[in-house]
Amino acid sequence: MHSFWKRFARNRQALFGLAILGCILIMAATAHLFFPTDPFSLAGQSMSPPGQNGFLLGSDSLGRDVAAGIAHGAKTSLLIGLVATLVAVLIGVIMGALAGYYGGIVDDLLMRTTEMFQTIPSFVFAILLVAIMKPSIESIVIAIAVVSWPAVARLVRGEFLSLRNREFVQACHTIGMSDVRIMLGEILPNCLSPIIVIGSLMVATAILIESGLAFLGLGDPNIMSWGFQVGAGRTLLRSAWWVCTFPGIAILLTVLAINLVGEGLNDALNPRLRERS
Amino acid sequence: MSHSARRLRYVLKRLIQALPIVLAIVIMNFFLLQMAEGDAVDVLAGEAGSATPEYMAELRAKFGLDQPLPVQLAVYLKNVLTFDLGYSFRHEMPVSQLILDRMIPTMLLMVSTIMLAVGFGVLLGLIAATGLNTWRDTAISIFALITYATPLFWVGLMLIVVFSLNLGWFPTSGMENLTMFYEGWDRVIDIAHHLVLPTITLSLFYLALYTRLMRASMLEQYGQDYVTTARAKGVTERRIIFVHVLRNALLPVVTMAGVQVGALIGGSVIVESVFAWPGLGMLAFEALFARDLNLLLGIFLLSALLVVAVNLVVDIIYSSLDPRIEVG
Repeated sequence: MHSFWKRFARNRQALFGLAILGCILIMAATAHLFFPTDPFSLAGQSMSPPGQNGFLLGSDSLGRDVAAGIAHGAKTSLLIGLVATLVAVLIGVIMGALAGYYGGIVDDLLMRTTEMFQTIPSFVFAILLVAIMKPSIESIVIAIAVVSWPAVARLVRGEFLSLRNREFVQACHTIGMSDVRIMLGEILPNCLSPIIVIGSLMVATAILIESGLAFLGLGDPNIMSWGFQVGAGRTLLRSAWWVCTFPGIAILLTVLAINLVGEGLNDALNPRLRERS
Repeated sequence: MSHSARRLRYVLKRLIQALPIVLAIVIMNFFLLQMAEGDAVDVLAGEAGSATPEYMAELRAKFGLDQPLPVQLAVYLKNVLTFDLGYSFRHEMPVSQLILDRMIPTMLLMVSTIMLAVGFGVLLGLIAATGLNTWRDTAISIFALITYATPLFWVGLMLIVVFSLNLGWFPTSGMENLTMFYEGWDRVIDIAHHLVLPTITLSLFYLALYTRLMRASMLEQYGQDYVTTARAKGVTERRIIFVHVLRNALLPVVTMAGVQVGALIGGSVIVESVFAWPGLGMLAFEALFARDLNLLLGIFLLSALLVVAVNLVVDIIYSSLDPRIEVG
């Protein structure tokens, strides 16, 4: 753990990302302290430019506070990004582990399924899923997970394929361990680092997909999100540029921070890769 | 076996491999759309405001929506085989016709995007790799990192704010200025003028991807033995880069361009809706909210087919670019 942190801390970009991410986490956690009222509620003069009428980042045509929306939207983005990624990793690990461990017809079947999911244009598929299930936090999480798991499945399958004939696995077979125990207890811990890396990068993608869906009007109507703010501000581009601009910067910074941390994790967890480049 | 016969067998093998995937996509989309609450008749009735149950039943019978599911699916599969994608109740046009009409704007957008993204990506990657760890490399890497993290719709809106609303250089939306009735070259120039902002928006994300890929690929090729050999023979550094390394480094970029076609279609839904570009992405979005099942099925089938086809073509190009790849 100590050496991991030392390797991670050597990477200035990753530390920078971690710092931004920390600020966004604090913003999400303290949103209800600084902006105790509902971010959808009328907070004052509508269409106020940034810095006027008590609005730090301005207000939109309905008098909603853009800054409050961003603070509350941080919770939505991070939550959806995290939960969707967890679900996707879970599905991907199960599919990849079964395919890689058993091989043969199981592998063929699961990999054909994976290929099919990878062929479908994923964002269009996510739109379709959310529209069918009606926009809500749950349906957005499911849609993002459904379009994201194939990458994990392929990665895990590859790892399991290369590990399943190793001596330590053969030893487990010899002492009569069950398949499930070998998969979960022996092989899986050995491929955790690439899973963590791909998972952290997937959180960023999930946040981008979520904001895209919300922008197109497929967000949960009861929950403030950055994509929704940008979408709602679209029609005001001419008169109130700030409504679209600031939530977009929030998305950009969050995704950038997560990508930097993810790459830092990659460098720190896979030192062999690092030496090569 | 001769080389061309092997190549042909490879193409056939890949085609046969792609068939079950396409079939599965058709069946899955069909069932997914069946899961949706309400069908086209509900939407039509809702819009008309006053539809009797008898009239709705009559409409359902007319569109075949009263048949049991397996029958509807079988009919759909049979129709797809004959390239009859059904009838759009909403637009009152055959789906294949609608898709064909909207296909050209999307193709235009996608081709110009791929050209811009691959072209500039290769160039930027090349500049970054040849000036490794200099300010050029750092600047390009930071640019790639940032564009990689930017939501497409936001870039589009910001470009509109700066270049359309403030500077007035480009139009805000649409594909051409219909009120001017341009013809010939004037029309081409008008469309190109409208194409600039959507293309830049859609290509930014992929530009970042190709830049990073090209840089990594160049660096990997630099370390190969043949570069040392060429250098030992006294080949100039410029010739090594442009003749030896560049050709080999391009291969992964070509593959990536194929893999990304699916993502490009997703991106075009966003970009087309930001710029009101009258293509397939807009059509899919309209169809979704009109619950136009046949139309959606058609668009999804087409985009899946497109991805399969492009991947196949890329595989074939790839194997002819690099004879070391076994086609057997």
